[in-house]
Amino acid sequence: MKAPQPIDRFEIRLSGLGGQGLITLGRLLGSALALGHGYYVTQTQSYGPEARGGSSRADVVVSSRPISYPKTENLDLLVALSPEACNSYYRLLKKTGILLVDTTLVKHAPTNVYLGLPFTQMAKEQIGNPMTINTMVMGAVTHLLPFADPRVMRKSLEANLPAKIREVNAKAFALGLKQAQRHFGDAGGIWAAAEESGSHAEDDIIV
Amino acid sequence: MSVQRKKRKRRELFALGNEAVAEGALLAGCSFYAGYPITPSTEIMEVMANRLPLIEDGVFIQMEDEIASMGATIGASLAGRKAMTATSGPGFALMQEHIGYACMVEAPLVVVNVMRGGPSTGLPTSPAQADVQMARWGTHGDHPIIVLSASNVQECLEMTVTAFNFAEKYRTPVILLLDEVTAHTREKITVPDPDEVEILSRVEPTVPPEWFKPYADTARGVPAMAPIGSGYRTHVTGLTHDVMGYPTQRPDEVKDAMLRLFRKIDQYYGDIQMADEYMLDDAEVAVVAYGSVARSAHLAVEQARERGAKAGLLTLKTLFPFPRPAVERLTHRCHTVVVPEMNMGQMSREVKRVNNGRTKVRTINRVDGQIITPSEILKAIL
Repeated sequence: MKAPQPIDRFEIRLSGLGGQGLITLGRLLGSALALGHGYYVTQTQSYGPEARGGSSRADVVVSSRPISYPKTENLDLLVALSPEACNSYYRLLKKTGILLVDTTLVKHAPTNVYLGLPFTQMAKEQIGNPMTINTMVMGAVTHLLPFADPRVMRKSLEANLPAKIREVNAKAFALGLKQAQRHFGDAGGIWAAAEESGSHAEDDIIV
Repeated sequence: MSVQRKKRKRRELFALGNEAVAEGALLAGCSFYAGYPITPSTEIMEVMANRLPLIEDGVFIQMEDEIASMGATIGASLAGRKAMTATSGPGFALMQEHIGYACMVEAPLVVVNVMRGGPSTGLPTSPAQADVQMARWGTHGDHPIIVLSASNVQECLEMTVTAFNFAEKYRTPVILLLDEVTAHTREKITVPDPDEVEILSRVEPTVPPEWFKPYADTARGVPAMAPIGSGYRTHVTGLTHDVMGYPTQRPDEVKDAMLRLFRKIDQYYGDIQMADEYMLDDAEVAVVAYGSVARSAHLAVEQARERGAKAGLLTLKTLFPFPRPAVERLTHRCHTVVVPEMNMGQMSREVKRVNNGRTKVRTINRVDGQIITPSEILKAIL
Protein backbone atom coordinates (compact mmCIF):
# COMPACT_ATOMS: atom_id res chain seq x y z
CA MET A 1 0.00 0.00 0.00
CA LYS A 2 1.32 3.43 -0.99
CA ALA A 3 1.48 6.02 1.79
CA PRO A 4 -1.76 8.00 1.54
CA GLN A 5 -1.37 11.57 0.36
CA PRO A 6 -2.29 14.20 2.96
CA ILE A 7 -5.94 15.29 2.90
CA ASP A 8 -7.69 17.32 5.55
CA ARG A 9 -11.41 16.45 5.69
CA PHE A 10 -12.62 15.90 2.14
CA GLU A 11 -16.41 15.72 2.33
CA ILE A 12 -18.56 13.85 -0.21
CA ARG A 13 -22.35 13.59 -0.29
CA LEU A 14 -24.06 10.97 -2.47
CA SER A 15 -27.71 11.90 -2.75
CA GLY A 16 -30.78 10.90 -4.68
CA LEU A 17 -33.72 8.54 -4.37
CA GLY A 18 -34.24 5.42 -2.28
CA GLY A 19 -33.48 2.41 -4.48
CA GLN A 20 -30.61 3.99 -6.44
CA GLY A 21 -28.13 2.15 -4.25
CA LEU A 22 -26.60 5.25 -2.70
CA ILE A 23 -25.88 3.72 0.69
CA THR A 24 -24.25 0.74 -1.01
CA LEU A 25 -22.24 3.20 -3.09
CA GLY A 26 -21.17 4.96 0.11
CA ARG A 27 -20.08 1.64 1.60
CA LEU A 28 -18.15 0.60 -1.51
CA LEU A 29 -16.47 3.98 -1.88
CA GLY A 30 -15.65 4.17 1.83
CA SER A 31 -14.33 0.65 1.97
CA ALA A 32 -12.06 1.23 -1.06
CA LEU A 33 -10.65 4.44 0.42
CA ALA A 34 -10.28 3.06 3.96
CA LEU A 35 -9.05 -0.48 3.38
CA GLY A 36 -7.60 -0.10 -0.12
CA HIS A 37 -5.87 3.27 0.25
CA GLY A 38 -5.44 3.45 4.02
CA TYR A 39 -7.24 6.75 4.63
CA TYR A 40 -9.40 7.52 7.62
CA VAL A 41 -12.98 7.34 6.37
CA THR A 42 -16.37 7.76 7.98
CA GLN A 43 -19.49 6.87 6.06
CA THR A 44 -22.88 7.85 7.44
CA GLN A 45 -26.34 7.63 5.97
CA SER A 46 -29.74 9.12 6.17
CA TYR A 47 -32.94 7.51 5.02
CA GLY A 48 -36.62 7.60 5.82
CA PRO A 49 -38.78 4.90 7.40
CA GLU A 50 -40.10 3.91 3.92
CA ALA A 51 -38.70 0.71 2.37
CA ARG A 52 -38.22 2.38 -1.03
CA GLY A 53 -38.86 5.73 -2.65
CA GLY A 54 -38.32 8.89 -0.66
CA SER A 55 -34.95 10.56 -0.41
CA SER A 56 -31.76 8.78 0.45
CA ARG A 57 -28.21 9.91 0.99
CA ALA A 58 -24.83 8.69 2.12
CA ASP A 59 -22.03 10.93 3.35
CA VAL A 60 -18.36 10.03 3.12
CA VAL A 61 -15.61 11.97 4.89
CA VAL A 62 -12.01 11.19 3.89
CA SER A 63 -8.93 12.40 5.73
CA SER A 64 -5.35 11.39 6.37
CA ARG A 65 -5.92 12.25 10.05
CA PRO A 66 -8.41 10.65 12.46
CA ILE A 67 -11.90 12.07 11.83
CA SER A 68 -13.86 13.51 14.72
CA TYR A 69 -17.21 14.68 13.34
CA PRO A 70 -18.42 11.81 11.11
CA LYS A 71 -21.03 13.76 9.12
CA THR A 72 -20.58 16.52 6.54
CA GLU A 73 -20.93 20.27 6.97
CA ASN A 74 -19.15 21.79 3.92
CA LEU A 75 -19.19 19.57 0.87
CA ASP A 76 -16.21 19.25 -1.47
CA LEU A 77 -18.11 16.96 -3.81
CA LEU A 78 -21.87 16.67 -4.16
CA VAL A 79 -23.26 13.84 -6.27
CA ALA A 80 -26.95 14.43 -7.00
CA LEU A 81 -28.99 11.76 -8.76
CA SER A 82 -32.35 13.51 -8.42
CA PRO A 83 -33.50 17.13 -8.88
CA GLU A 84 -34.81 17.27 -5.28
CA ALA A 85 -31.46 16.15 -3.87
CA CYS A 86 -29.64 18.62 -6.11
CA ASN A 87 -31.77 21.54 -4.99
CA SER A 88 -31.74 20.71 -1.27
CA TYR A 89 -28.02 20.03 -0.88
CA TYR A 90 -26.53 22.45 -3.40
CA ARG A 91 -26.32 25.17 -0.74
CA LEU A 92 -24.06 22.92 1.40
CA LEU A 93 -21.43 22.81 -1.33
CA LYS A 94 -18.24 24.77 -0.65
CA LYS A 95 -17.53 27.64 -3.04
CA THR A 96 -14.64 25.61 -4.40
CA GLY A 97 -16.61 22.37 -4.41
CA ILE A 98 -17.76 20.32 -7.39
CA LEU A 99 -21.31 19.30 -8.27
CA LEU A 100 -21.78 16.06 -10.23
CA VAL A 101 -25.29 15.29 -11.49
CA ASP A 102 -27.12 12.62 -13.45
CA THR A 103 -28.17 14.63 -16.51
CA THR A 104 -30.91 12.09 -17.33
CA LEU A 105 -32.77 13.06 -14.17
CA VAL A 106 -31.45 16.52 -13.27
CA LYS A 107 -32.55 18.72 -16.17
CA HIS A 108 -32.11 22.07 -14.45
CA ALA A 109 -29.15 22.27 -12.10
CA PRO A 110 -29.22 25.26 -9.73
CA THR A 111 -25.94 26.51 -11.26
CA ASN A 112 -24.22 26.40 -14.62
CA VAL A 113 -20.95 25.32 -13.05
CA TYR A 114 -21.36 21.58 -12.75
CA LEU A 115 -20.30 18.27 -14.20
CA GLY A 116 -22.80 15.82 -15.55
CA LEU A 117 -23.17 12.46 -17.26
CA PRO A 118 -26.43 10.70 -18.22
CA PHE A 119 -25.85 7.87 -15.71
CA THR A 120 -29.40 6.47 -15.77
CA GLN A 121 -29.48 6.40 -19.58
CA MET A 122 -25.99 4.87 -19.80
CA ALA A 123 -26.91 2.18 -17.26
CA LYS A 124 -30.03 1.28 -19.20
CA GLU A 125 -28.67 1.47 -22.75
CA GLN A 126 -24.99 0.62 -22.53
CA ILE A 127 -24.96 -1.82 -19.60
CA GLY A 128 -28.53 -3.03 -19.90
CA ASN A 129 -29.15 -2.87 -16.15
CA PRO A 130 -30.42 0.32 -14.47
CA MET A 131 -29.33 -1.04 -11.07
CA THR A 132 -25.68 -0.51 -12.00
CA ILE A 133 -26.06 3.27 -11.76
CA ASN A 134 -24.29 3.37 -8.40
CA THR A 135 -21.15 1.56 -9.49
CA MET A 136 -21.07 3.70 -12.65
CA VAL A 137 -21.16 6.80 -10.47
CA MET A 138 -18.33 5.25 -8.44
CA GLY A 139 -16.25 5.09 -11.63
CA ALA A 140 -16.88 8.77 -12.36
CA VAL A 141 -16.21 9.78 -8.74
CA THR A 142 -12.96 7.78 -8.80
CA HIS A 143 -11.80 9.94 -11.70
CA LEU A 144 -12.73 13.12 -9.81
CA LEU A 145 -10.89 12.18 -6.61
CA PRO A 146 -7.24 13.11 -7.11
CA PHE A 147 -6.25 10.84 -4.22
CA ALA A 148 -8.03 7.71 -5.49
CA ASP A 149 -6.17 5.08 -7.50
CA PRO A 150 -8.58 3.61 -10.10
CA ARG A 151 -6.99 0.15 -9.93
CA VAL A 152 -7.33 -0.02 -6.14
CA MET A 153 -10.92 1.24 -6.34
CA ARG A 154 -11.82 -1.40 -8.91
CA LYS A 155 -10.17 -4.20 -6.96
CA SER A 156 -11.98 -3.21 -3.78
CA LEU A 157 -15.28 -2.95 -5.65
CA GLU A 158 -14.90 -6.46 -7.01
CA ALA A 159 -13.92 -7.85 -3.62
CA ASN A 160 -17.05 -6.38 -2.02
CA LEU A 161 -19.63 -7.67 -4.49
CA PRO A 162 -21.14 -11.15 -4.73
CA ALA A 163 -19.97 -13.16 -7.76
CA LYS A 164 -23.39 -13.02 -9.42
CA ILE A 165 -23.27 -9.25 -10.01
CA ARG A 166 -19.52 -8.68 -10.05
CA GLU A 167 -18.97 -8.63 -13.79
CA VAL A 168 -21.80 -6.30 -14.74
CA ASN A 169 -20.82 -3.83 -12.01
CA ALA A 170 -17.15 -3.92 -13.00
CA LYS A 171 -18.29 -3.06 -16.53
CA ALA A 172 -20.40 -0.16 -15.24
CA PHE A 173 -17.49 1.10 -13.12
CA ALA A 174 -15.16 1.03 -16.13
CA LEU A 175 -17.71 2.88 -18.28
CA GLY A 176 -18.27 5.58 -15.62
CA LEU A 177 -14.51 6.04 -15.27
CA LYS A 178 -13.94 6.17 -19.06
CA GLN A 179 -16.75 8.65 -19.73
CA ALA A 180 -15.58 10.90 -16.89
CA GLN A 181 -12.03 10.86 -18.27
CA ARG A 182 -13.29 11.70 -21.76
CA HIS A 183 -15.76 14.45 -20.83
CA PHE A 184 -14.34 16.03 -17.68
CA GLY A 185 -10.64 16.09 -18.53
CA ASP A 186 -7.82 15.81 -16.03
CA ALA A 187 -8.93 15.75 -12.35
CA GLY A 188 -6.22 18.20 -11.27
CA GLY A 189 -7.45 20.68 -13.88
CA ILE A 190 -11.08 20.36 -12.72
CA TRP A 191 -10.20 21.15 -9.12
CA ALA A 192 -7.93 24.03 -10.15
CA ALA A 193 -10.81 25.48 -12.19
CA ALA A 194 -13.22 25.03 -9.27
CA GLU A 195 -10.73 26.75 -6.99
CA GLU A 196 -10.48 29.66 -9.40
CA SER A 197 -14.22 30.10 -9.99
CA GLY A 198 -14.76 29.75 -6.23
CA SER A 199 -12.37 32.58 -5.46
CA HIS A 200 -14.03 34.74 -8.13
CA ALA A 201 -17.39 34.07 -6.55
CA GLU A 202 -15.98 35.38 -3.30
CA ASP A 203 -14.69 38.52 -5.08
CA ASP A 204 -18.15 39.14 -6.49
CA ILE A 205 -19.65 39.16 -3.02
CA ILE A 206 -17.08 41.65 -1.73
CA VAL A 207 -17.63 43.96 -4.73
CA MET B 1 16.24 -18.64 19.34
CA SER B 2 13.78 -21.36 20.09
CA VAL B 3 10.98 -19.12 21.31
CA GLN B 4 8.34 -18.94 18.62
CA ARG B 5 6.06 -15.95 18.74
CA LYS B 6 2.56 -16.67 17.62
CA LYS B 7 1.50 -14.37 14.85
CA ARG B 8 -1.35 -12.12 15.98
CA LYS B 9 -4.44 -12.51 13.90
CA ARG B 10 -5.91 -9.06 13.60
CA ARG B 11 -8.61 -8.27 11.09
CA GLU B 12 -9.31 -4.92 9.48
CA LEU B 13 -12.92 -4.21 8.57
CA PHE B 14 -14.88 -1.30 7.19
CA ALA B 15 -17.83 -1.82 9.49
CA LEU B 16 -20.95 -0.26 10.95
CA GLY B 17 -21.10 0.54 14.67
CA ASN B 18 -23.70 -2.20 14.98
CA GLU B 19 -21.46 -4.74 13.25
CA ALA B 20 -18.62 -3.76 15.59
CA VAL B 21 -20.89 -4.43 18.59
CA ALA B 22 -21.50 -7.96 17.30
CA GLU B 23 -17.75 -8.47 16.70
CA GLY B 24 -17.08 -7.28 20.27
CA ALA B 25 -19.70 -9.62 21.70
CA LEU B 26 -18.25 -12.64 19.89
CA LEU B 27 -14.75 -11.64 21.01
CA ALA B 28 -15.97 -11.44 24.62
CA GLY B 29 -17.29 -14.99 24.41
CA CYS B 30 -20.99 -14.33 23.85
CA SER B 31 -22.61 -17.60 22.79
CA PHE B 32 -26.29 -16.72 23.12
CA TYR B 33 -28.40 -14.06 21.49
CA ALA B 34 -32.16 -13.69 21.76
CA GLY B 35 -33.82 -10.67 20.23
CA TYR B 36 -36.49 -9.03 18.16
CA PRO B 37 -35.35 -6.82 15.28
CA ILE B 38 -35.89 -3.07 15.47
CA THR B 39 -34.36 -0.14 13.59
CA PRO B 40 -31.69 1.14 14.19
CA SER B 41 -30.28 -1.88 16.04
CA THR B 42 -31.14 -4.62 13.53
CA GLU B 43 -27.64 -5.12 12.08
CA ILE B 44 -26.44 -6.39 15.48
CA MET B 45 -29.03 -9.14 15.27
CA GLU B 46 -28.21 -9.87 11.62
CA VAL B 47 -24.52 -10.45 12.34
CA MET B 48 -25.30 -12.60 15.38
CA ALA B 49 -27.77 -14.66 13.32
CA ASN B 50 -25.02 -15.31 10.77
CA ARG B 51 -22.18 -15.96 13.16
CA LEU B 52 -23.55 -17.73 16.24
CA PRO B 53 -24.53 -20.94 14.39
CA LEU B 54 -20.88 -21.21 13.27
CA ILE B 55 -19.43 -21.34 16.78
CA GLU B 56 -19.57 -24.33 19.10
CA ASP B 57 -22.82 -24.38 21.12
CA GLY B 58 -23.75 -20.96 19.74
CA VAL B 59 -27.46 -20.22 20.03
CA PHE B 60 -29.41 -17.56 18.18
CA ILE B 61 -33.16 -17.19 18.69
CA GLN B 62 -35.55 -14.67 17.24
CA MET B 63 -38.19 -14.33 19.95
CA GLU B 64 -41.81 -13.19 19.63
CA ASP B 65 -41.12 -9.83 21.26
CA GLU B 66 -38.68 -7.93 23.47
CA ILE B 67 -40.20 -9.18 26.75
CA ALA B 68 -39.50 -12.76 25.75
CA SER B 69 -36.08 -11.80 24.35
CA MET B 70 -35.01 -10.45 27.71
CA GLY B 71 -36.45 -13.52 29.48
CA ALA B 72 -34.50 -15.86 27.22
CA THR B 73 -31.33 -13.84 27.73
CA ILE B 74 -31.66 -14.11 31.52
CA GLY B 75 -32.32 -17.84 31.27
CA ALA B 76 -29.23 -18.38 29.14
CA SER B 77 -27.13 -16.33 31.56
CA LEU B 78 -28.30 -18.41 34.54
CA ALA B 79 -27.49 -21.56 32.59
CA GLY B 80 -23.89 -20.39 32.27
CA ARG B 81 -23.83 -18.57 28.96
CA LYS B 82 -22.55 -15.13 28.13
CA ALA B 83 -25.74 -13.68 26.72
CA MET B 84 -26.84 -10.53 24.96
CA THR B 85 -29.82 -8.84 23.38
CA ALA B 86 -30.09 -5.59 21.44
CA THR B 87 -32.99 -3.26 20.79
CA SER B 88 -34.09 0.35 20.47
CA GLY B 89 -36.35 2.59 22.59
CA PRO B 90 -39.75 0.89 22.15
CA GLY B 91 -38.24 -2.55 22.75
CA PHE B 92 -36.13 -1.26 25.63
CA ALA B 93 -39.36 -0.07 27.29
CA LEU B 94 -40.76 -3.62 27.09
CA MET B 95 -37.58 -5.08 28.57
CA GLN B 96 -37.62 -2.98 31.73
CA GLU B 97 -39.44 -5.39 34.04
CA HIS B 98 -37.04 -8.21 33.18
CA ILE B 99 -34.02 -5.94 33.56
CA GLY B 100 -35.13 -5.50 37.18
CA TYR B 101 -35.39 -9.27 37.49
CA ALA B 102 -31.84 -9.60 36.14
CA CYS B 103 -30.63 -7.07 38.74
CA MET B 104 -32.37 -9.00 41.52
CA VAL B 105 -31.15 -12.48 40.54
CA GLU B 106 -27.75 -10.98 39.59
CA ALA B 107 -27.71 -12.38 36.06
CA PRO B 108 -24.69 -11.18 34.09
CA LEU B 109 -25.84 -10.06 30.65
CA VAL B 110 -25.57 -7.23 28.15
CA VAL B 111 -28.43 -5.17 26.72
CA VAL B 112 -27.61 -2.87 23.81
CA ASN B 113 -30.02 0.01 23.23
CA VAL B 114 -29.47 1.95 20.01
CA MET B 115 -31.33 5.16 20.77
CA ARG B 116 -33.70 6.64 18.19
CA GLY B 117 -36.16 9.52 18.43
CA GLY B 118 -39.06 8.98 20.82
CA PRO B 119 -41.36 8.80 22.72
CA SER B 120 -43.25 5.79 21.35
CA THR B 121 -42.49 4.82 17.73
CA GLY B 122 -41.04 8.31 17.27
CA LEU B 123 -38.35 8.64 14.61
CA PRO B 124 -37.22 5.10 13.73
CA THR B 125 -34.29 6.15 11.52
CA SER B 126 -33.11 9.27 13.36
CA PRO B 127 -30.75 9.64 16.28
CA ALA B 128 -31.55 10.70 19.84
CA GLN B 129 -30.00 10.29 23.28
CA ALA B 130 -33.26 10.37 25.14
CA ASP B 131 -33.08 6.99 26.93
CA VAL B 132 -30.25 7.98 29.25
CA GLN B 133 -32.28 8.32 32.44
CA MET B 134 -34.44 5.39 31.39
CA ALA B 135 -31.35 3.18 31.21
CA ARG B 136 -30.57 4.20 34.78
CA TRP B 137 -34.05 4.21 36.29
CA GLY B 138 -36.28 2.39 33.78
CA THR B 139 -36.95 -0.62 35.96
CA HIS B 140 -38.65 -0.18 39.30
CA GLY B 141 -37.11 -0.50 42.72
CA ASP B 142 -33.85 0.79 44.11
CA HIS B 143 -31.05 -0.81 42.13
CA PRO B 144 -27.55 -0.07 40.94
CA ILE B 145 -26.82 -0.60 37.26
CA ILE B 146 -23.94 -0.01 34.86
CA VAL B 147 -24.64 2.05 31.75
CA LEU B 148 -21.91 2.46 29.13
CA SER B 149 -21.68 4.49 25.93
CA ALA B 150 -19.55 4.52 22.76
CA SER B 151 -18.87 7.33 20.32
CA ASN B 152 -17.07 5.71 17.40
CA VAL B 153 -17.02 2.36 15.66
CA GLN B 154 -13.82 1.01 17.24
CA GLU B 155 -15.23 2.02 20.63
CA CYS B 156 -18.44 0.08 19.86
CA LEU B 157 -16.29 -3.06 19.75
CA GLU B 158 -14.22 -2.16 22.81
CA MET B 159 -17.15 -1.06 24.96
CA THR B 160 -19.09 -4.23 24.14
CA VAL B 161 -16.14 -6.27 25.42
CA THR B 162 -16.03 -4.02 28.50
CA ALA B 163 -19.79 -4.43 28.99
CA PHE B 164 -19.42 -8.23 29.04
CA ASN B 165 -16.43 -8.00 31.38
CA PHE B 166 -18.30 -5.75 33.83
CA ALA B 167 -21.39 -7.97 33.65
CA GLU B 168 -19.36 -11.06 34.48
CA LYS B 169 -17.15 -9.40 37.08
CA TYR B 170 -20.00 -7.75 38.99
CA ARG B 171 -22.83 -10.20 38.17
CA THR B 172 -25.10 -7.48 36.89
CA PRO B 173 -26.93 -6.52 33.71
CA VAL B 174 -24.92 -3.93 31.80
CA ILE B 175 -26.58 -1.55 29.38
CA LEU B 176 -24.68 -0.25 26.37
CA LEU B 177 -26.30 2.91 25.01
CA LEU B 178 -25.53 3.85 21.43
CA ASP B 179 -27.28 6.35 19.20
CA GLU B 180 -28.33 5.96 15.58
CA VAL B 181 -25.35 7.96 14.29
CA THR B 182 -22.75 5.78 16.04
CA ALA B 183 -24.61 2.60 15.14
CA HIS B 184 -24.94 3.51 11.45
CA THR B 185 -21.52 5.05 10.85
CA ARG B 186 -19.04 2.93 8.93
CA GLU B 187 -15.35 3.22 9.79
CA LYS B 188 -12.23 1.16 9.55
CA ILE B 189 -11.80 -0.94 12.67
CA THR B 190 -9.28 -3.46 13.84
CA VAL B 191 -10.69 -6.61 15.38
CA PRO B 192 -7.92 -7.69 17.74
CA ASP B 193 -6.60 -11.22 18.15
CA PRO B 194 -8.53 -12.91 20.99
CA ASP B 195 -5.20 -13.38 22.82
CA GLU B 196 -4.68 -9.61 22.99
CA VAL B 197 -7.93 -8.90 24.80
CA GLU B 198 -8.62 -9.30 28.50
CA ILE B 199 -11.76 -11.40 28.86
CA LEU B 200 -13.32 -11.91 32.27
CA SER B 201 -15.76 -14.64 33.25
CA ARG B 202 -17.97 -15.15 36.28
CA VAL B 203 -16.50 -16.86 39.35
CA GLU B 204 -17.83 -20.38 39.78
CA PRO B 205 -18.05 -22.10 43.18
CA THR B 206 -15.10 -24.17 44.37
CA VAL B 207 -16.82 -25.64 47.47
CA PRO B 208 -18.57 -29.03 47.41
CA PRO B 209 -22.22 -28.74 46.26
CA GLU B 210 -23.68 -29.31 49.75
CA TRP B 211 -21.77 -26.29 51.14
CA PHE B 212 -22.84 -23.94 48.35
CA LYS B 213 -24.83 -20.81 49.24
CA PRO B 214 -25.85 -19.20 45.95
CA TYR B 215 -26.17 -15.66 47.32
CA ALA B 216 -23.50 -15.70 50.02
CA ASP B 217 -21.65 -12.45 50.61
CA THR B 218 -17.98 -12.23 49.66
CA ALA B 219 -15.29 -9.57 50.02
CA ARG B 220 -16.19 -8.24 46.57
CA GLY B 221 -19.89 -8.54 47.32
CA VAL B 222 -20.27 -10.77 44.27
CA PRO B 223 -21.41 -14.35 45.02
CA ALA B 224 -19.96 -17.30 43.12
CA MET B 225 -22.30 -18.40 40.38
CA ALA B 226 -23.09 -22.03 39.51
CA PRO B 227 -24.71 -22.65 36.14
CA ILE B 228 -28.11 -24.28 36.45
CA GLY B 229 -27.71 -27.99 35.81
CA SER B 230 -24.14 -28.17 37.06
CA GLY B 231 -25.04 -30.12 40.21
CA TYR B 232 -25.08 -27.13 42.53
CA ARG B 233 -28.48 -26.38 44.05
CA THR B 234 -29.66 -22.94 42.98
CA HIS B 235 -32.99 -21.25 43.59
CA VAL B 236 -33.87 -18.19 41.54
CA THR B 237 -36.61 -15.74 42.39
CA GLY B 238 -37.45 -12.10 41.85
CA LEU B 239 -38.61 -11.93 45.45
CA THR B 240 -36.06 -10.54 47.86
CA HIS B 241 -34.10 -13.58 48.92
CA ASP B 242 -31.73 -14.84 51.59
CA VAL B 243 -28.27 -16.30 50.99
CA MET B 244 -29.84 -19.62 49.93
CA GLY B 245 -31.91 -17.84 47.29
CA TYR B 246 -35.28 -18.38 49.02
CA PRO B 247 -37.77 -15.55 49.61
CA THR B 248 -37.41 -13.66 52.87
CA GLN B 249 -39.06 -10.69 54.54
CA ARG B 250 -36.81 -10.64 57.60
CA PRO B 251 -35.61 -7.02 57.80
CA ASP B 252 -32.04 -8.01 58.66
CA GLU B 253 -31.78 -10.40 55.69
CA VAL B 254 -33.51 -7.97 53.33
CA LYS B 255 -31.16 -5.19 54.40
CA ASP B 256 -28.07 -7.39 53.90
CA ALA B 257 -29.25 -8.49 50.47
CA MET B 258 -30.09 -4.96 49.28
CA LEU B 259 -26.96 -3.33 50.67
CA ARG B 260 -24.79 -6.00 49.09
CA LEU B 261 -26.39 -5.30 45.69
CA PHE B 262 -25.30 -1.68 46.02
CA ARG B 263 -21.94 -2.39 47.61
CA LYS B 264 -20.75 -4.72 44.85
CA ILE B 265 -20.96 -1.78 42.41
CA ASP B 266 -20.27 1.17 44.77
CA GLN B 267 -16.92 -0.08 46.02
CA TYR B 268 -15.57 -0.40 42.47
CA TYR B 269 -16.50 3.05 41.14
CA GLY B 270 -12.82 3.62 40.35
CA ASP B 271 -12.84 0.61 38.04
CA ILE B 272 -16.21 1.27 36.45
CA GLN B 273 -16.28 5.03 35.86
CA MET B 274 -14.52 5.71 32.57
CA ALA B 275 -14.06 9.04 30.78
CA ASP B 276 -11.62 10.31 28.15
CA GLU B 277 -9.94 13.68 28.55
CA TYR B 278 -8.90 15.85 25.60
CA MET B 279 -7.11 19.21 25.97
CA LEU B 280 -8.41 19.62 29.53
CA ASP B 281 -5.12 20.47 31.29
CA ASP B 282 -5.43 24.23 30.85
CA ALA B 283 -9.07 24.40 29.73
CA GLU B 284 -11.26 27.30 30.83
CA VAL B 285 -14.32 25.99 29.00
CA ALA B 286 -15.02 22.28 29.17
CA VAL B 287 -17.48 20.33 27.05
CA VAL B 288 -18.96 17.20 28.63
CA ALA B 289 -20.39 14.91 25.95
CA TYR B 290 -21.04 11.26 25.11
CA GLY B 291 -21.97 9.15 22.10
CA SER B 292 -21.84 10.64 18.61
CA VAL B 293 -22.18 14.18 20.00
CA ALA B 294 -18.74 13.76 21.60
CA ARG B 295 -17.33 13.60 18.05
CA SER B 296 -18.97 16.91 17.13
CA ALA B 297 -17.61 18.32 20.38
CA HIS B 298 -14.11 17.06 19.54
CA LEU B 299 -14.08 19.03 16.27
CA ALA B 300 -15.60 22.08 18.00
CA VAL B 301 -12.84 22.01 20.65
CA GLU B 302 -10.17 21.74 17.93
CA GLN B 303 -11.68 24.72 16.10
CA ALA B 304 -11.96 26.72 19.35
CA ARG B 305 -8.28 26.07 20.10
CA GLU B 306 -7.33 27.29 16.60
CA ARG B 307 -9.09 30.53 17.48
CA GLY B 308 -7.21 30.79 20.77
CA ALA B 309 -9.99 29.74 23.15
CA LYS B 310 -8.88 27.41 25.92
CA ALA B 311 -11.41 24.65 25.41
CA GLY B 312 -11.34 20.98 26.36
CA LEU B 313 -13.51 17.89 26.17
CA LEU B 314 -14.53 15.20 28.62
CA THR B 315 -16.06 12.21 26.81
CA LEU B 316 -18.11 10.05 29.14
CA LYS B 317 -17.75 6.35 28.40
CA THR B 318 -19.52 5.30 31.57
CA LEU B 319 -22.81 7.15 32.03
CA PHE B 320 -23.83 5.38 35.25
CA PRO B 321 -22.52 5.18 37.90
CA PHE B 322 -22.01 8.81 36.88
CA PRO B 323 -18.26 9.62 36.67
CA ARG B 324 -18.47 12.19 39.41
CA PRO B 325 -14.75 12.73 40.17
CA ALA B 326 -13.87 13.54 36.54
CA VAL B 327 -16.74 16.02 36.17
CA GLU B 328 -16.22 17.56 39.61
CA ARG B 329 -12.60 18.44 38.75
CA LEU B 330 -13.85 20.45 35.76
CA THR B 331 -16.36 22.41 37.81
CA HIS B 332 -13.51 23.55 40.06
CA ARG B 333 -11.21 24.61 37.22
CA CYS B 334 -13.40 25.89 34.36
CA HIS B 335 -15.58 28.98 34.21
CA THR B 336 -18.10 27.21 31.96
CA VAL B 337 -19.12 23.62 31.37
CA VAL B 338 -21.05 22.99 28.14
CA VAL B 339 -23.26 19.91 27.93
CA PRO B 340 -24.57 19.17 24.40
CA GLU B 341 -26.96 16.24 24.06
CA MET B 342 -29.78 15.01 21.82
CA ASN B 343 -32.45 15.25 24.53
CA MET B 344 -33.90 17.97 26.73
CA GLY B 345 -31.20 17.74 29.40
CA GLN B 346 -30.86 14.23 30.83
CA MET B 347 -27.09 14.23 31.41
CA SER B 348 -26.80 17.97 32.13
CA ARG B 349 -29.05 17.20 35.12
CA GLU B 350 -26.29 14.95 36.49
CA VAL B 351 -23.60 17.52 35.69
CA LYS B 352 -25.58 20.24 37.48
CA ARG B 353 -26.05 17.93 40.48
CA VAL B 354 -22.30 17.39 40.75
CA ASN B 355 -21.57 21.04 39.99
CA ASN B 356 -23.78 22.10 42.90
CA GLY B 357 -23.90 25.73 41.69
CA ARG B 358 -20.10 26.09 41.55
CA THR B 359 -19.66 27.13 37.92
CA LYS B 360 -21.79 27.98 34.88
CA VAL B 361 -23.39 24.99 33.11
CA ARG B 362 -24.61 25.68 29.57
CA THR B 363 -26.82 23.15 27.86
CA ILE B 364 -27.32 22.54 24.14
CA ASN B 365 -30.37 20.42 23.45
CA ARG B 366 -31.72 19.05 20.21
CA VAL B 367 -34.77 16.85 19.81
CA ASP B 368 -35.43 17.18 16.06
CA GLY B 369 -33.76 13.91 15.06
CA GLN B 370 -30.56 15.65 13.95
CA ILE B 371 -27.10 15.35 15.44
CA ILE B 372 -25.72 18.45 17.20
CA THR B 373 -23.17 19.97 14.81
CA PRO B 374 -19.65 21.16 15.68
CA SER B 375 -20.62 24.75 14.81
CA GLU B 376 -23.45 24.75 17.38
CA ILE B 377 -21.03 23.64 20.09
CA LEU B 378 -18.34 26.07 18.93
CA LYS B 379 -20.82 28.93 19.30
CA ALA B 380 -21.48 27.91 22.90
CA ILE B 381 -17.74 27.66 23.67
CA LEU B 382 -16.75 31.05 22.25
